[in-house]
Amino acid sequence: MIEVEQLSKRFGERLAVDALSFTVGPGEVLGFLGPNGAGKSTTMKMITGFIRPSAGTARINGYDIQAAPLAAKREMGYLPEGAPGYGDMSVRQFLDFIADIRAMSGAWRKERMDEVIQEIHLEQVLDQKIDTLSKGFRRRVGVAQAILHDPRVLIMDEPTDGLDPNQKHEVRNLIHGMAKDKIIVISTHILEEVEAVCSRAIVIARGHLLADGTPEELMARSRYHGAVTLDLDNAREAADLLGQLPEVAAVEDGDTDTEITVLPREGQALMAAIGRVIDQQRWTVRELYQQKGRLDEVFRDITGGAAA
Amino acid sequence: MNNVITLFKRELRAYFATPLAYVFIVIFLVLSGIFTFYLGNFYERNQADLDSFFIFHPWLYLFLIPAIAMRVWADERKSGTIELLLTLPVTMWQAVLAKYLAAWCFVAIALALTFPMWLTVNYLGSPDNGIILAAYLGSLLMAGGYLAIGVCVSAFTKSQVIAFIIGLTLCFLFTMSGFPLVLDFFRGWLPGGVVDAVASLSVLSHFQAISRGVLNLRDVAYFLAMIVAWLYACAIVIDMKKAD
Repeated sequence: MIEVEQLSKRFGERLAVDALSFTVGPGEVLGFLGPNGAGKSTTMKMITGFIRPSAGTARINGYDIQAAPLAAKREMGYLPEGAPGYGDMSVRQFLDFIADIRAMSGAWRKERMDEVIQEIHLEQVLDQKIDTLSKGFRRRVGVAQAILHDPRVLIMDEPTDGLDPNQKHEVRNLIHGMAKDKIIVISTHILEEVEAVCSRAIVIARGHLLADGTPEELMARSRYHGAVTLDLDNAREAADLLGQLPEVAAVEDGDTDTEITVLPREGQALMAAIGRVIDQQRWTVRELYQQKGRLDEVFRDITGGAAA
Repeated sequence: MNNVITLFKRELRAYFATPLAYVFIVIFLVLSGIFTFYLGNFYERNQADLDSFFIFHPWLYLFLIPAIAMRVWADERKSGTIELLLTLPVTMWQAVLAKYLAAWCFVAIALALTFPMWLTVNYLGSPDNGIILAAYLGSLLMAGGYLAIGVCVSAFTKSQVIAFIIGLTLCFLFTMSGFPLVLDFFRGWLPGGVVDAVASLSVLSHFQAISRGVLNLRDVAYFLAMIVAWLYACAIVIDMKKAD
């Protein structure tokens, strides 16, 4: 359990994080969303005990990060922004060092070491110095370091930043695989990532919590939630006709001349009504699909005012 | 304690993982040789002692120790590993102490490698080895003092160059604080007692006392107090500045 209570951080005049409160329970993968400079990293740095909050605190499995920092830090694995590592060490030396500091020993240590190296595919770079690794491998070493002691709480600041699509996919699979019994918090500004791995998302901007819900709930806030997109030849005529339906709020032109998107009024289902019109008019529709909502639009909506 | 040992080993190994260690040791040995034989007139003095070797140590350290110290925290800050280090289950004190001790140990290794000097003087005559041992100890303590200053300065900045220059300047002030150059600056506006206190902070006079073979508790305590004070300041600086 992570309990964040009224967490605030002031840098001089600027309030970077303003009385943030939330809790995360086991099995949850929390996506921490926000524009650059929203206070995501600062919040993570406070939860992990790197910087001291100006007010408020965070408890990790009951251990207050300020009153009992060592106990709290033992519960956690943390991947800092940019996945820093000691460049002069080989991957093997680095992981050994982390295992030493985490006081891992005996069979369990060896087992975890082998497991993590295999899971994250580090075999081929084990004896390479971290300085000489590609960005993707560095990030993977950072993830390996964070999960080595099999922590119950995992906090990762932009774990897939700078990875190619295959590597992103792998890291997400890894997070998925661990999600069952752990508490995972990841920060990101990649919205597809939230849909892909998170069971819950928190949006912050200017240090304020602006939204908290499942990715589906967030998408439901979108104007495009439940919108129907059609691709057909007589798009102009169709737009006029469909615009008159009681369920329809508006009709927008699509990317091409033959594409239109029909937006529903709040809480109205469109598909059935549109289907009836298509039937009556005997249109030939090449493409027809319903949208779940656009997270990027919701994101802009929520954070737009605050970021301006 | 285990954490200190783990961190200490990592740090010490880091010195030897790059050419830095070897470059430093070679330069230290070559310079100390040049100073002893050419400037110190080791042979011409015709005395079986290492005075002409040790007398240049403060000046040698003045440049070389800040060069070792500059990377200790500045590098950690620049590469971002400071965030990794301080979110691992280690205390600030363990981190500060381990990194300092590793640097000090490294300097001790370089100093120990000057042993041919000691062999030479024993081959040529019969020196008072007690005095030589005391001087070595004094030299190590002095290096520790300079190092603590440099390490503290290194915690202030990401830039190793700035850490080096400020470290050098501070070390210079502490070396010269018994001399008119520094004392005249204070004399005009500070009471005599304070000026005397500043004078007593001179690294040079404490080192010279020890290197004459007088292992006075006062001089040893001076260096140890200096080390503790600067490391304490270092921990505070890191705590204050780690966010930026």
